Amino acid sequence: MDRRHVLKIGGAAAAALAAPRAMAQAREPIRIGELNSYKVFAAFLEPYKKGMDLAVDEVNAAGGALGRPIEIVVRDDNGQPGDAVRLAEELLTRERVSMLMGTFASHVGLAVSSFAKERKVPFLASEPLSDKIVWEQGNRYTFRLRASTYMQTAMLVPDAVRVAKRRWAIVYPNYEYGQSATAAFKKLMLARQPNIEFVAEQAPPLGRIEAGPVAAALQAARPEAIFSSLFGPDLSRFVREGTTRGLFRNVEVFNLLAGEPEYLDPLLDEAPVGWYVTGYPWQDIKTPEHDRFLAAYQTKFRDYPRLGSVVGYAAVIGAAEAIRKAGSLEPEKIVDAMKGLAHSTPFGRIVYRTLDHQSTMGAYVGRIGLRNGKGVMTDWRYADGADYLPPDAEVRSLRPPE
Amino acid sequence: MSDLFADILIQFLNGLAGASSLFLVAAGLSLIFGVTRIVNFAHGALFMLGLYLAWSLIDLFGRSTLLGFWGGVLAAALCVGAIGVVIEIVVLRRIYKAPELFQLLATFALVLIIKDAVLFFWGAEELLGPRAPGLRGAVEIFGRRFPEYDLLLIAAGPLVLGLLWLLLHRTRYGIFVRAATQDREMLAALGTDERRLFTSVFFLGAFLAGLGGALQIPREPAQLSLDLAVISDAFVVVVVGGMGSIGGAFLAALLIAQAKALCIALGDVSMFGTVVSFSKLTLVVEFAIMAAVLVLRPWGLLGKPLALARGAGASAAPLDPPGPLFWPASFVVLVLLALAPLGGDRYLLVLMGDIAVFALFAVSLHFLMGPGGLVSFGHAAYFGLGSYAAALVFLRLDLPAEAALLAAPLAGGAAALLFGWFCVRLSGVYLAMLTLAFAQIAWSVVFQWNDATGGSNGLIGLWPAGALKDRTLYFWATLVLCAGGIFFLWRTVHAPFGLALRAARDQPMRAEAVGIDTRRVQWVAFALSGAFAGLAGGLFAFAKGSISPDTLGVARSVDGLAMVLLGGVQTLTGPVLGAAVFTWLQDEIARNTEYWRAILGFAILALVLAFPHGLGGALKRLRGAA
Repeated sequence: MDRRHVLKIGGAAAAALAAPRAMAQAREPIRIGELNSYKVFAAFLEPYKKGMDLAVDEVNAAGGALGRPIEIVVRDDNGQPGDAVRLAEELLTRERVSMLMGTFASHVGLAVSSFAKERKVPFLASEPLSDKIVWEQGNRYTFRLRASTYMQTAMLVPDAVRVAKRRWAIVYPNYEYGQSATAAFKKLMLARQPNIEFVAEQAPPLGRIEAGPVAAALQAARPEAIFSSLFGPDLSRFVREGTTRGLFRNVEVFNLLAGEPEYLDPLLDEAPVGWYVTGYPWQDIKTPEHDRFLAAYQTKFRDYPRLGSVVGYAAVIGAAEAIRKAGSLEPEKIVDAMKGLAHSTPFGRIVYRTLDHQSTMGAYVGRIGLRNGKGVMTDWRYADGADYLPPDAEVRSLRPPE
Repeated sequence: MSDLFADILIQFLNGLAGASSLFLVAAGLSLIFGVTRIVNFAHGALFMLGLYLAWSLIDLFGRSTLLGFWGGVLAAALCVGAIGVVIEIVVLRRIYKAPELFQLLATFALVLIIKDAVLFFWGAEELLGPRAPGLRGAVEIFGRRFPEYDLLLIAAGPLVLGLLWLLLHRTRYGIFVRAATQDREMLAALGTDERRLFTSVFFLGAFLAGLGGALQIPREPAQLSLDLAVISDAFVVVVVGGMGSIGGAFLAALLIAQAKALCIALGDVSMFGTVVSFSKLTLVVEFAIMAAVLVLRPWGLLGKPLALARGAGASAAPLDPPGPLFWPASFVVLVLLALAPLGGDRYLLVLMGDIAVFALFAVSLHFLMGPGGLVSFGHAAYFGLGSYAAALVFLRLDLPAEAALLAAPLAGGAAALLFGWFCVRLSGVYLAMLTLAFAQIAWSVVFQWNDATGGSNGLIGLWPAGALKDRTLYFWATLVLCAGGIFFLWRTVHAPFGLALRAARDQPMRAEAVGIDTRRVQWVAFALSGAFAGLAGGLFAFAKGSISPDTLGVARSVDGLAMVLLGGVQTLTGPVLGAAVFTWLQDEIARNTEYWRAILGFAILALVLAFPHGLGGALKRLRGAA
């Protein structure tokens, strides 16, 4: 096996603590299988891998779990659900992993969650945002870390209501994430502001927006505000075309995810000032948990963390905590331990809800500003995920019975 | 009213700018195909390289000066041209004599290599390029702001078109290029150095790809998924315009870009009480246009029927009937494979199940490509529709997996019957592109139809209950069904129907003369091939427990092509070998290395150069020599 492909245990931390290392080496590590589309979504997943790396170091320096070190076995699913399911089988049978984690795209996440249910193995879906993973298609074995599409949309709604605009235009990437975000936004806004009007809707194909025509079409509808769920290259193109054409003048823009360093940093000094976004203002968060994480990350990698780093880090910590709490590697016990599991992350304490297996990890909500020629988030606040979920009864009615 | 007029005018200008961008990429592809007949799958990768190089070179020369910007753009295009020359000399020149389309496999390997190289040198984060000095802002047109740079692009398309026309029609070099497009053997016989001509055409084509990329730098962030996005657009434009026709490519680019701009401008429209979202149509509009154009004009808008390339590849030797040991030997291999589960390695079981499914898929594609001579670029459509049909019967009708599996070949066959009816009226690359167009239309319906197909998420929970729940039994069932399908297709090749099919491929006129209805034979071949691809898809669905629109995406079709070409088109067993080697290689390399795409690319390239007749062909020669 390639060394780069297994995040080896120990490292610098263990060298400082020679005795535990000797003990740890004497014991077979606990293996956790991690599946992701490392090459297809490299911009997010390279930092994610670093985050995992750091977490493994820390967990093992603190003695691992059940007296054994942990080890992450990494596999690249090439963005294909079929490959992901095959590799999940390989991780279970050849690598003998105790649980699965990872996945990026929602359809891959759902495929692995279905596999997890069939094989009765715990699966911590770290990144996929689809609401369905924990609701309509949720199952006993699947847990999800990140704030979902619905939650992040709900986080933007209070400000969207406050700006009191009537004519809204919507633009979203044409696949489940964009469709869900749009549906949730419309529903939540209509409930709070019944006189709202949706004057234009554009659904460009993911990664292939024709930014000029889309900007012109939105402009023709004369909106007072825009809700967008674009990200990545689509977002960059839209920002540049829209700015050049004056689309955003006197228009309030709300954009999911645009404050994440992965998507904000490439915009350089063209970051659209004043947009309301969800994201991760790593430079300005001053909490003890985050300070410690930031220092450790920068020491180890000489680079700043992206949101992916936090997700990868928190997922590994969560997996280790679940195994510690279960006190066993038995799958059913790990699943029971995951229910209601609470642990610390760089964003503060989170809980995996017993109700729907969704973690309460939140996101930062704020506006885009410019500092030293780079986009940053200003006027931000931390939106705790627990506050942006529908009532329990509604969630219960969405989830299939176990 | 004047507002409406201004909005329409702006969208028209947007369409013109889009058309220029499309044309610049497509022109080089059309030129290369016209002369060398190579379907250059790496053209999009060269475009992407042009964009990345422009980003770096402009940075080097100075972002804010005129000279820095335009010098960077030009230098980037020249660099890409030089890379094209290297590719031609080092790789393609060695395999011109290989069977038709084999070069496609080499360019597919290049795509993998270039992608990982770009990731290695430039990193994963997208890079937003500089704006053009002097053209940063917008001009006011009837109160709407329109980017200045887009005006320049609108001019650049016709300018390049004019220059190319002058080059091709007013220079001695152009005479040679046009002659080679019409009849390259004749040109060679008249004493022209074909090698130098090919190399120079490759330079020009790659230069245009690089220029197309570099000119997008103010509009398009450099990022890693551009190669595949661009290649499909470029192919569509070239085929709609007529392969080898530069003017046709321009017309096609205009048509497609204006249609897209129109769809976006219309947005949501209320019609007959429901809201129709025209903006969602942009997902598929170019493929719908291509299908319509090809059905009405089989050689594109301005294309002419292709002269058959004599010599290379056209003359496939008749297949030998299987020897006396063939069927017994196949049976022994099958039994050995069936014993694999006794080893107790469950993963080996899963991997071998995948290989069996892909082997059936590859053999079904080969049945069309080899004996049928009908290349399909959209074979995943039948695979995917088969898997969706099985999944829907299983989930919605609540039938057991055994019964649901029956729906898979029926759906695959029915789709092939429908698509094939149009396709058999075409030939060569046009036929291949029409299959791709239908596949993309099918894909977009599956992708978009949330209520029925689960949309982009697909369908999950496809785990068989009952006997097939046991994975060993499921593996055996897969093996038996796949082997049965493969043997049936092999047997068919040597049956009277197969002989008629091969006759229709090799000598269509004579076949007609002896009373073979060639179109009908080819149509039935389509349906058979589609049915077995569908069966493979159904088996795939229940092996994975979930399916998504990827199962009928372009990537799956390309994988199938790679398997068949790797194994060798001119042998029967080749595709099985190709499927096994390709699947195993990808699994092994992807699990154990980080830059696995590049390594897979180099492995394929090595195989391509070592075995220009495919693995099956090499085995056959080995036996022949012994």
